[in-house]
Amino acid sequence: MINDLWVHPALLLILGAFVLPFVQRGSLRKVFLVAVPALAFLATYSMEAGTFATMSFMDWQLTFGRVDQLSKVFAYIMTLMCVIGTIYGLHVEEDAQHIAAWLYVAGSLGVIFAGDYLVLFLFWEVMAFSSVFLVWFRRRPQSLATGYRYLLVHTFGGLVLLAGIVLQYQATGGDISFNLLTDAVGGDKAFHLDDIFNVSLPTYLIMLGFILNAAVPPLHAWLPDAYGEATVTGAVFMCAFTTKTAIYALARGCAGMDILVPLGVIMALYGVVYAVLENDCRRLLAYHIVSQVGYMVAGVGIGTAMAINGAVAHAFAHILYKGLLFMGCGSVLYMTGKSKFTELGGLYKKMPRAFVFTLIGGLSISAFPLFSGFVSKSMIVAAGFEEHLYWAAFLLTLASAGTFLHTGLKVPYFIWFGENNCSKETWEKAADPPANMQWAMGIAAFFCVFIGCYVPYLYHMLPFQDEARHYAEMVYGSYHVSESLQILLFTALGFFLLLKKLKPEPTISIDLDWFYRMGGRGFQWLASKPIQAVDNGVNEGYRYLGLIPLMTVARFWSWFDWHAIDGVVDGIARGVRGVGGVGRRLQSGRLQNGLLYAASLSAIILIVYVLS
Amino acid sequence: MIVQLIDFLRDRLKTVIRLCYAGLALLVAWDIIFVDKHHAHTWPEKLWFFWALFGFVACVLIILVSKWFGHCHWFGGKFTIMAPEDYYDK
Repeated sequence: MINDLWVHPALLLILGAFVLPFVQRGSLRKVFLVAVPALAFLATYSMEAGTFATMSFMDWQLTFGRVDQLSKVFAYIMTLMCVIGTIYGLHVEEDAQHIAAWLYVAGSLGVIFAGDYLVLFLFWEVMAFSSVFLVWFRRRPQSLATGYRYLLVHTFGGLVLLAGIVLQYQATGGDISFNLLTDAVGGDKAFHLDDIFNVSLPTYLIMLGFILNAAVPPLHAWLPDAYGEATVTGAVFMCAFTTKTAIYALARGCAGMDILVPLGVIMALYGVVYAVLENDCRRLLAYHIVSQVGYMVAGVGIGTAMAINGAVAHAFAHILYKGLLFMGCGSVLYMTGKSKFTELGGLYKKMPRAFVFTLIGGLSISAFPLFSGFVSKSMIVAAGFEEHLYWAAFLLTLASAGTFLHTGLKVPYFIWFGENNCSKETWEKAADPPANMQWAMGIAAFFCVFIGCYVPYLYHMLPFQDEARHYAEMVYGSYHVSESLQILLFTALGFFLLLKKLKPEPTISIDLDWFYRMGGRGFQWLASKPIQAVDNGVNEGYRYLGLIPLMTVARFWSWFDWHAIDGVVDGIARGVRGVGGVGRRLQSGRLQNGLLYAASLSAIILIVYVLS
Repeated sequence: MIVQLIDFLRDRLKTVIRLCYAGLALLVAWDIIFVDKHHAHTWPEKLWFFWALFGFVACVLIILVSKWFGHCHWFGGKFTIMAPEDYYDK
């Protein structure tokens, strides 16, 4: 049923994931690993706008391929990042890690091309259930618990989204198409309390599902929790896909929803505050995802053509520089086994290239002129000024000082310079990472600089071309360059003057995940004490009222079983034992493996169904 | 090559710092004398030193407020946001 000319890039990744275990010869495997995401990228690159891969399922018309300017630019950057991420992980021997990463990207692409809520929801869940493996594969004792917390939060978010979809379906009389939720859009662009009350419940629920994945406080704590614990290569994938897919969904469904403006501003500042306190470099970067995605959420909330352009451009640039930063800090973790500032420092002599690449990522995220953040982030802030949302624009500018402070200054300084806190062992292990990791960082760094220097490359892909052309004329105007340089360089001055204050401390920061981490303990206590007591009481009563009659009946059945049924069963048992033997080889008793098989099987069934 | 360059600069740290200060001064001077502030949206942006001060004050504020937030004893003394690393293992 799939259109002959249109291949879903997610399908290529899913098929690639299933063929991968059969491609085991060293060099061939590497070619295959790069070729699959590269094919997905080419498939996206060569797409024409239109609607493809529609099929009817029960009463519904499902759309797997809605291609327009918005979905195409997101799919472009997702598949590009998939190529870079896979090159970065080329040295990883374990097939399952690549499979999980590819299925995760496939989920993201599925959401991006989805034309209706059912397909969106399906791939939304694929994303959550495949990405959790990127945490579990770290295989530290705490990885398992972190993964389950991640899954728990995303299952909750998925359920909220599903509830919203069902209610929306009912309210619209059977419309499941995924478009702008019209009642989400406020009349005036300024933030009005009226809008909060006028928006309907289904719209709120769908928005809640989306913003949980975008990590909007108070629904954000899963992000630093999981991304700090993911594998070195897994974190590179995770930092790109979940939050930015959510931004796509918000831009499609909730553009102009006023409440997103204050939420986005809070996000931008919240991430900055926690980044000051953080001692683990990858958790610091994770908090800066919260901060940067805040700009995009605010941009979607502002909702003008320029702001949406800004949100899309910033998502595009962000995926590359944040991937680069996670690759840089990941290579430190990969080589030394350490990611805490209090256990690192002074490494520039040992890992100079990782330093330069991370610095390029840091300058890009800080929106230095000639780097990618400069041409994307400023568009959102400028849109805020144009809509006279001065408080939002100034606070977002304030947050951008914080971004440079941490990612541009604190991360490189305390890993590669500053006080040398490395143990002898750490120092000896430190060196620039394997060639494939350096290549991946080099490619990402190239794009970060290229986007910043050659403006039309990114701006040509944005959804609103007139506004993009208009903004391209002023982005490198002297006022904008001077403003940005002053903010950034005087932030740097403040950093070096207050360097002592910023000395890393060996602590963790309590965030809102406290509630479900401690809440879990409360539940355990409840289960072990009061519920156990009730259970005992019920058991006692049951023994007298139920057990004695039951035993009598049981004695009869045991007689019947002994004499009549055994003869028949013995034959079947031999058959079952054979099947059980095969099953035993497949399952090692670990729930994670079971989940992977279940997820793979559902994917196969889905492919077969779509293709048949 | 990268390491040599960094070492070269570190050996002349005093000069580098002086050059940085000079760079900051030049930037502000350029902003005051040459930059067209036509595109500014609000009146304070047209003041001298505005964005330079904004950047510096933002940086100081972020550091001080965040550190206060992290070290402050909340809810009557026992609870701090910055907790020992084994907080959740206890």
